[in-house]
Amino acid sequence: MYAQEVKSTGKGVKALEEMSAEERAFQERIDAGEKIEPKDWMPDGYRKTLVRQISQHGHSEVVGQLPEGNWITRAPTLERKSILLAKVQDEAGHGLYLYSAAETLGVSRADLIDDLLAGRAKYSSIFNYPTLNWADMGAVGWLVDGAAIVNQVALQRTSYGPYSRAMVRICKEESFHARQGYDIMMKMAGGTAAQKQMAQDALDRLWWPALMMFGPPDADSVHSAQSMAWKIKVMTNDEGRQKFVDQTIPQIEYLGLEVPDQDAVLDAESGHYRFTDPDWREFFEVLKGNGPCNVDRLRARNMAHDEGAWFREGLMAHAKKQQIAAE
Amino acid sequence: MTNEWPLWEIFIRGQHGLSHRHVGSLHAPDAEMAILNARDVYTRRNEGVSLWVVKSSDISASAPGRKGPMFDPSNDKTYRHPTFFDIPDEVGSM
Ligand SMILES: [Fe+2]
Ligand SMILES: [Fe+2]
Ligand SMILES: [Fe+2]
Repeated sequence: MYAQEVKSTGKGVKALEEMSAEERAFQERIDAGEKIEPKDWMPDGYRKTLVRQISQHGHSEVVGQLPEGNWITRAPTLERKSILLAKVQDEAGHGLYLYSAAETLGVSRADLIDDLLAGRAKYSSIFNYPTLNWADMGAVGWLVDGAAIVNQVALQRTSYGPYSRAMVRICKEESFHARQGYDIMMKMAGGTAAQKQMAQDALDRLWWPALMMFGPPDADSVHSAQSMAWKIKVMTNDEGRQKFVDQTIPQIEYLGLEVPDQDAVLDAESGHYRFTDPDWREFFEVLKGNGPCNVDRLRARNMAHDEGAWFREGLMAHAKKQQIAAE
Repeated sequence: MTNEWPLWEIFIRGQHGLSHRHVGSLHAPDAEMAILNARDVYTRRNEGVSLWVVKSSDISASAPGRKGPMFDPSNDKTYRHPTFFDIPDEVGSM
């Protein structure tokens, strides 16, 4: 998802009997559905895994502003421009909520951001794909935020209090994101033949990367078991992907567009759609930094950070001066 | 780096008549900017009518390890609860 490859302890999940008294009491709190709060005792691996997951999630929100930011100045109407601006502003807020949640675990936001800027941190593969035209703004809001919603709704039940509360806040804002995207798609799919073709093309290109957002298949996702036991993760990658496909295919049909997967059919028995896996080789390449826009995205983030330095430092200098004058 | 903007805790009064409630935190150089940033981040959709900001480092918290003794509900002191006292029905509600 927004955190697709979070390394956990790398070890198997311990049975309750193998745990120390502290670990065991901790696991029992989690099993009972209690929330863990910042000052509570927690295993080192829990803290580290959470920092990785929450910071990757935060980085995804921040980098995720870039593909849509690309179209703010070129929105077709003033109303569409205002909507897109508000949506992108929300994403900045999401990044902030998540960094704040990570900071309650004893890390500094400045360090997390340094990791991102230096290319040491991961963010969602989806944001390394380009947004080529206005139809992509529809497809991104609808599919990318739609996929994110599936994951984030589940994460409201995550065991770490500050992370869970950040998810509640984020989910309240996300449905605006998905709906404004679908609204763009409805306009374009119901427009001229050329507009409809643009909508289809955007769907064709973003469908597979959207499926990849949920991360590698459960069978290949080594770190999931411990994260699930700790309820850092509350839904498996495959469960999320299936849910997304099931909700999205009828929406594609409503638009009168073609599902980009010839083999996607409703399995009458299970009530779920069968679908083709995305190209996992491509996914791992993008994660490694070899996607179409990885270099661009990091360059844009670094530029924004460097060019904003004078402003951050200036305000801090002003605040210090005021403080000295008051003393 | 000491030049990092300090962390502030943000409290919002959702509606008139309610208390301020903690909603999250953010970094800002000073209180004035913390309020402006909090408005932008936490109140974009009618979430509040008033904001408080407090430097995180100025908050003292109870220790979670002492939850037991600290928040002992004093269940032995049952007389603290109104149901401890039997008031005859004829007296009416009290
Ligand atoms: Fe978001
Ligand atoms: Fe998003
Ligand atoms: Fe969003």
